[in-house]
Amino acid sequence: MIQRLLPLALFVGLAVLLFVGVRMNSGKDTSAIPSPLIGKPAPALALPVLPMPETRLAPADLGGKAYVLNVWGSWCVSCRIEHPVITELSGSGVLVVGYNYKDPAEDATAWLQKFGNPYALVIQDLDGQAALDWGIYGAPETFVIDAQGIVRYKHIGPLTREIIAADILPALKGAQ
Amino acid sequence: MLPELGQILLLAALLLSLLLGTLPLWGAQRSNNALMSSARPLSYALLAAVVCSYALLTYAFEVHDFSVAYVAKNSNSLLPPLYQASAVWGAHEGSLLLWVMILCAWITAVALKSRALPQTVVARVLSVMGWIAFGFLAFTVFTSNPFERLLPAAIEGHDLNPLLQDPGLIFHPPLLYLGYVGFSVAFAFAIAALIDGRIDAQWIKWARPWTNAAWGFLTLGIALGSFWAYYELGWGGWWFWDPVENASFMPWLVGAALIHSQAVTEKRGSFSSWTLLLAIAAFSLSLLGTFLVRSGVLTSVHAFASDPERGMFILAFLCLVVGSSLTLFAWRTPKEFGKPFHWQSRESLLLINNLLLTAACAMVLLGTLYPLLAEALDMGKISVGPPYFGKLFLVLMAPVVLLIPFGPLSRWQSDSLGNVARVLMPWLVLAALVALVALFKAPQHPIKTALAFFSVFWITLGTLRFVWQRLRQAQSRFTAEMSGMILAHTGVAVFCFGALMAEALSTEKDVAAKPGQSFEIGAYRFLFQGVQELPGPNFVAQRGAIQVFDGERMLTTLYPEKRQYASGGSIMTEADMQGGISRDLYVALGEPLDANGGWALRLHVKPFIRWIWFGALMMALGAFLVMFDKRFKNRRPQ
Amino acid sequence: MKRRLLAIALMLLMCTQVTHALEPVDYNSPAEEQRFKALTAELRCVMCQNQSIADSNAPIAHDLRAEVLRLMREGKSNDEIKRYLVERYTEFVLYEPPMHGGNWLLWAGPFLLLLGGGFWVARVIRNKSGAAKTAVVETDQEW
Repeated sequence: MIQRLLPLALFVGLAVLLFVGVRMNSGKDTSAIPSPLIGKPAPALALPVLPMPETRLAPADLGGKAYVLNVWGSWCVSCRIEHPVITELSGSGVLVVGYNYKDPAEDATAWLQKFGNPYALVIQDLDGQAALDWGIYGAPETFVIDAQGIVRYKHIGPLTREIIAADILPALKGAQ
Repeated sequence: MLPELGQILLLAALLLSLLLGTLPLWGAQRSNNALMSSARPLSYALLAAVVCSYALLTYAFEVHDFSVAYVAKNSNSLLPPLYQASAVWGAHEGSLLLWVMILCAWITAVALKSRALPQTVVARVLSVMGWIAFGFLAFTVFTSNPFERLLPAAIEGHDLNPLLQDPGLIFHPPLLYLGYVGFSVAFAFAIAALIDGRIDAQWIKWARPWTNAAWGFLTLGIALGSFWAYYELGWGGWWFWDPVENASFMPWLVGAALIHSQAVTEKRGSFSSWTLLLAIAAFSLSLLGTFLVRSGVLTSVHAFASDPERGMFILAFLCLVVGSSLTLFAWRTPKEFGKPFHWQSRESLLLINNLLLTAACAMVLLGTLYPLLAEALDMGKISVGPPYFGKLFLVLMAPVVLLIPFGPLSRWQSDSLGNVARVLMPWLVLAALVALVALFKAPQHPIKTALAFFSVFWITLGTLRFVWQRLRQAQSRFTAEMSGMILAHTGVAVFCFGALMAEALSTEKDVAAKPGQSFEIGAYRFLFQGVQELPGPNFVAQRGAIQVFDGERMLTTLYPEKRQYASGGSIMTEADMQGGISRDLYVALGEPLDANGGWALRLHVKPFIRWIWFGALMMALGAFLVMFDKRFKNRRPQ
Repeated sequence: MKRRLLAIALMLLMCTQVTHALEPVDYNSPAEEQRFKALTAELRCVMCQNQSIADSNAPIAHDLRAEVLRLMREGKSNDEIKRYLVERYTEFVLYEPPMHGGNWLLWAGPFLLLLGGGFWVARVIRNKSGAAKTAVVETDQEW
């Protein structure tokens, strides 16, 4: 009797898994890799600064402050799409640091001049070496780091107002 | 107007499939001849409706009707006419319509060639297939309408993905679908048998050729996909254990088990419930594959659509079809009526063979779904790749390779496997000796090389031993079934050799080449002559020229290209290769290195790689050959 | 939605084509070349997730290959290199899931199934054999 029901039982288990899978993955980017850095100290930002008129602080001043780190590049199409949202975020008083990834300085500067610079500080990673320590593998990516320098949240892909409201701002609140 | 007609035809088909699903089935339950005989006309009408609808979609492509959203997304006016026709199945909606059309073609084929079966069986089989058609038509009509309009109409379409503008890709989906959908025949037959509560050797005899046909087409479809990936994608790989590839491989493994199991049930009456279960499983895995490709549950380069709503629909359909058939199985599986057999017999060997194939399928399923399971159980994001699948597949298939020559030489019911082993022993020893020599002489990966030689010699010699035994006997006659078996099993040998040798002895080099520079791989010398620009129908190409020498003799000039397509500007690499029986020479262009014409090149020498697809071809032809055996000739019903 | 599709399409094209980094590497020795090729074939590209970093042409794969070579030349073992990458990109970066903790199901599963199936097969054969002892052995069988 058991062996007659066994195939059905196995299938039911499979169906449950698939159902959960579809629910879990709807609306989500299934290729995004969670960050192993969450809850761990952020790697040091010992990188050159991109000189821009809007720069308000230096990397050394970041200690003791919670901030958002946004990985971007002038070559990145989605970054252009999320740019207005970043500008809004920065305008609302949040400290946003730009991480310029694999971008020649002239291209980065031109891009910021053309679209506007929402970043309090832009650091440059030309060869992508330092990005490996952050687990960065593309752009745009966004981190939330708290006042003690611990990584609290990472988002892969362009930001939207909904994501900021639902994830970024709460992570920042917890980080103050 | 014409696209709307296409939609109306689909709705008509939906209605017809509903009628086909209900009327004959009801007629079979009530022994009502009129209702049962409606099955064939309904099948023909259904096919007509779907074929016309498909033709209208193709027409929309050929006349560049960009007011149809699907046409606008998947073609443009520069696309050559041949690719206009194949662009119809280039994305989700159209490929689904192709799926349905092929299903309707199989339904008609069954309707035409089932005169030898009792009317109740025919009615039930066609009804079950009608229900499947209904499900897919509903899915198409309600969630994936290929005739949806784009208003205002686009001036110009996007383009067909350049990867798909290739002859190999024209035939790959249709062949695959012929296979996937073909398993629905064995499935429908199994359901009909379960409803009836008994299984007749006569019916199994009828079902066997259909299963062989489906499996043969699936083999060809998978092999073509693999060959296409090899010559198109530019890095010389031929199988990646990608979730969608696995989705096609699982029905193939179970289908292979089903073919063997059906043979046993037909001749000895044994394994009847196992055969029914495998028939259900093969088609269920086809449906599962459809689900995996179109639901976005697994990341894959192949994935058509990542739409959770569609995913839910297919999942619901999957649950309905498979759930109800397995419930029917649990409730109505008939009593075993087979002739008894000893543990030393061909029955036992085939039972073990089926177990191993099923275990391999389960392994692939586990590995493919494991990342999903891990994520659901919050175990983090894990990936399962070729190292897992490759290792375990080798381990599970090795016993099958060992057993293959034993099967044909063993008798049914009772035999002395010791005697069979004694007959085969010289060949086993010979194969082992050859393998030993290979082990010591292989320049790299000695174990894989040794396994390659062992498997090809052992299977081929063992199968030839059967041929010799048969020739010596009084009858000295080879049925089509035997010939098909010999061809298919030898195909397995050829495949194993190709796969293992290509894995073991491939060599490749990434080089920075200046014009006039030479590079050596093994006995071959590659001379880089430079790159020039050339226009094509809808692209501009950078074309490199590399001469290949074997000693002093020039073998060929290879012309790898990098193409920039006019629409979208996407860049594609076309590797060039010289195929050969004993090796392939393969070259791909990388990037220009400097202003003096230097380029990065990838050079490969791949020994025996064509044996992979040739072996697969032999397996498919063997399966097709079996279909012509006299035992399957149509006879009047008893 | 359209932009997301565009981004996916671009990624698809990049990940299925040999576009940039067929970069020739200067190996110190054939042994280093073999070790490098074997090791990079076991690591999954995080961008083009269906390829190893040996095959992938995504920029991150290029960076990761350079990093692996650098760590190899620093004298790190294969395990240490893998651990380094896992710390930054999670276990996803390993093509072969490690045989620890919850992954036992993945590795043991097929064999457990085989074992269970084997017992069932043995039982079927035993039942059939019992009946076969008393059955008449056919001398003229069809093949």
